[in-house]
Amino acid sequence: MTTKLLTALLLGTSILGSAGLAHAEDVTLNIESWRGDDLAIWKDKLIPAFEAKNPGIKVVFAPSAPTEYDAALGAKLAAGSAGDLITCRPFDKSLELFKKGNLADLSALPGMENFSPVAKSAWQTDDGKASFCVPMASVIHGFIYNKDAFDKLGIKVPQTRDEFFAALDKIKADGTYIPMAMGTKDLWEAATMGYQNIGPNYWKGEDGRKALIKGDQKLTDKDWVAPYEELAKWKPYLGDGFEAQTYPDSQNLFTLGRAAIYPAGSWEIGLFNTQAQFKMGAFPPPVEKAGDTCYISDHTDIGMGLNAASKHADAAKTFLSWVASPDFATIYANALPGFFSLNSSPVKMQDPLAQEFVSWRGKCKSTIRSTYQILSRGTPNLENETWVESANVINGTDTPEAAAKKLQTGLDSWYHPAK
Amino acid sequence: MAAQTRPKRPFRWHIAVFLAPAVLVYTAIMILPLAGTLQLSLFRNVDQSQIFVGLDNFRTLFGDPNWSVNFWNALRNNVWFFIIHMLVQNPVGVLLAALLSSPKLRFSAFYRTAIFVPTILSFVIVGFAWKLILSPLWGVAPHLLDFVGLKSLFTPWLGKEQYALTALSLVSVWQFIGIPMMLIYAALLSIPEEVIEAAECDGITGLSQFWKIKLPLILPSIGIISILTFVGNFNAFDLIYTAQGALAGPNYSTDILGTFLYRAFFGFQLQVGDPNMGATIATIMFLIILGGVCVYLFLIQTRLRRYQF
Repeated sequence: MTTKLLTALLLGTSILGSAGLAHAEDVTLNIESWRGDDLAIWKDKLIPAFEAKNPGIKVVFAPSAPTEYDAALGAKLAAGSAGDLITCRPFDKSLELFKKGNLADLSALPGMENFSPVAKSAWQTDDGKASFCVPMASVIHGFIYNKDAFDKLGIKVPQTRDEFFAALDKIKADGTYIPMAMGTKDLWEAATMGYQNIGPNYWKGEDGRKALIKGDQKLTDKDWVAPYEELAKWKPYLGDGFEAQTYPDSQNLFTLGRAAIYPAGSWEIGLFNTQAQFKMGAFPPPVEKAGDTCYISDHTDIGMGLNAASKHADAAKTFLSWVASPDFATIYANALPGFFSLNSSPVKMQDPLAQEFVSWRGKCKSTIRSTYQILSRGTPNLENETWVESANVINGTDTPEAAAKKLQTGLDSWYHPAK
Repeated sequence: MAAQTRPKRPFRWHIAVFLAPAVLVYTAIMILPLAGTLQLSLFRNVDQSQIFVGLDNFRTLFGDPNWSVNFWNALRNNVWFFIIHMLVQNPVGVLLAALLSSPKLRFSAFYRTAIFVPTILSFVIVGFAWKLILSPLWGVAPHLLDFVGLKSLFTPWLGKEQYALTALSLVSVWQFIGIPMMLIYAALLSIPEEVIEAAECDGITGLSQFWKIKLPLILPSIGIISILTFVGNFNAFDLIYTAQGALAGPNYSTDILGTFLYRAFFGFQLQVGDPNMGATIATIMFLIILGGVCVYLFLIQTRLRRYQF
């Protein structure tokens, strides 16, 4: 209801706003987005910053509800009433829009050189030749820990897997804290915060992910089963009744100070900062031996593209180039701690936890979630199956080998990479 | 001869006129969508255009293990969901109605209302409330069991493959028990006093009166309730979706036809919706329900004896 009202108000303001424009040469750009939460940031920080530098271009941020976004956008694009700038979901949903000709090719956009190939991969054609959205933000996986608890128990931040499990053992033996706050009820926690979090260290990030897409590696290979073997070992460290523990339960357990370690995505930072009453720290997924190259899941989440039917394509391109600039990245990343700019130039951030997360980019290699690109196009859907199997492995319903075999069989049934 | 002498009856337009609104509305919102679904199930989307493929979608659903395993699992779960309702909801509903109709019971209006209230609650509230009640972390269930010294009996039911579906079926029973209770209660009240008095004169009282006199008289109502339960259960979706999500975890153990249809039709997360396969599943659900209702109408209802007073 509130979102509808908001949309109505926004529509109203956009119409009135454009009607009241005195300068005939002023161009108004509309942004389509599902991030209604970010409305204040766009209105108060991002858009004024842009308009100050680019007189003559007005920008209106017009979000719709996340669950309605894809359908609403599709309808608007078909009717020709969509905004000039379109916030892009990662991978197939945007790729489909590009293929239909709704999104313009931005490969040559000034500013695109600011992004690494991994950052751009979410909004490229399968062959990587054309890019159609400017990457805006990503989320990084790791572990957030209760610093007070670690200090009290005299635990050092674990670097290696052995240290990690030693720390868990110590917390468990002490008994004050639940060692790890994670549940399997909602399934995706096990897959996203578990498998995709620790996995890249085993399958060597992009190397493994690309090899899987090419068909050189299989999910039944050692590197892909090993994360499941580690996940299976997590079971004794989870709280009582973790099988029925939901995602909000896990968040609450940790922020109430009842659990010591939280397998996290960086998007939690904003919420945890306001809720937790203790000091927090973060560490990347531990590696096997000290000094090993570490890999992190730095998952591309949000981008922005240009409506191919836009009447103000040049103004929109100016705006997109600004989105690709470090200026934008600095404002955005500070306003939304936990959503990290994908820009190659380092961004100064105030939030210490966010700084910690983003510092891993310097020492570790980034990759994205293994199931997102190409591999989740068919039936059975690899991402959904990964949710189910990751939960199964932690619950002990399936052995790691059985889970991997099920996933690979499902994938084989429709995915045939050209060798 | 008589036919010739009687003047030809004029076509009775008013019947058509009075029927028209209902027929039009029903056609527009029920029959057309149903036909559309059936039609959709015979097509497939190839390169952005719908192509007629005959029964291929059904062959995929039953022949391709990627679909058939899920389908049979959903059907099996759905049957179990229905069995629990038939074994728990309806007998307990009859029992409650019998107790309520007893003239000696005090506060019966209060009980009646209290038991019926969950039925009018939204699924979302019921699903969420029970998720909280059964939560191992903040739920009251573990504390209550602890209170009577049975803490060892507690397990995270909704998270265990072997219990989740049964637990949810019982939640659904809890929610809907008011319906059989009310229907049976009404049927019991409509039994004429004379029949009961005659029975009492013959020395049939108490329990045997219930078994020999009242139960046969309310059998038609029980039949109706069974068929309502059948239709309701095979169309169920909301409770599972609110309590367990669209993937109906753990390990698809609570996946019923409704959630399976939802995932196929609308997609989920990275899974893109496939309206054609969704319509195929919807068609099968329609056929299952149609079959069940036909069995009831032609085999059972015709044999039920009705008593005229």
